[in-house]
Amino acid sequence: MKKILVACGSGIATSTVARSALEEDLKNKGINMKELSFDQTSIPQIPSMASDYDLVITTAKYTEDVGVPIINGLPFLTNIGEDAVVDKIIAELGINK
Amino acid sequence: MSLIHPELIFQNKSFENNESALYFLADKLYVNKFVKSTFKDAVVDREGKFPTGLPTGKISVAIPHADSAHVIKSALGVMTLDSPIKFHNMGDPDSKLDVSLIIMLAIGEPHGQITMLQKLMGIVQDQKHLEQILAYEDKDSLYKDLHHTFKDIKV
Repeated sequence: MKKILVACGSGIATSTVARSALEEDLKNKGINMKELSFDQTSIPQIPSMASDYDLVITTAKYTEDVGVPIINGLPFLTNIGEDAVVDKIIAELGINK
Repeated sequence: MSLIHPELIFQNKSFENNESALYFLADKLYVNKFVKSTFKDAVVDREGKFPTGLPTGKISVAIPHADSAHVIKSALGVMTLDSPIKFHNMGDPDSKLDVSLIIMLAIGEPHGQITMLQKLMGIVQDQKHLEQILAYEDKDSLYKDLHHTFKDIKV
């Protein structure tokens, strides 16, 4: 099981959008969703939560080193470069079919 | 109840900076009793820490919002700008965007309103629809468009 944490400024709006877009994209690529779990949080909570996750995705810029890979998920909001970021996430998690 | 209300729609407004635009729109949400008195400062504070300008293309959009604790009932405040205002880019706060449309989100549920947010992103990602939103000459046409877009969403 790979655990993904999706974070935005408040943990309400844009992380919800990014998470649902990512789940949809991964399903469309035939990824086994049963092997993945998703949680949402706010950016200030990342340092205290990150160690429980395999990957952190943020919609805002985040450059702190929390010991876990961080990927910028802004493309899930703008749709610009969305495919590339999904491929990056799949590669980072090593969940290629 | 709908998310879209005529009293929360404004066209071709002018402001000196994004903060005065945010206060204006947040105040309209407040006087119409969609948000608490704390919402205004929360939105401006949040914009400073986590900017909400989205680099969506030629027409950029800002989606300011605050924690659901400041919200009474969910609604969208919509404002088109006479000339664009600078907002910081959500993904790269060091860069600024010329924003022509502000959609202020009052979200009353702690885990967001997924269908509303998905519809909203559908608009934000559609430059043609954004062009149309900016082009409406009267408020009634803009209201009808937005009302139609969000008509399936009950709050």
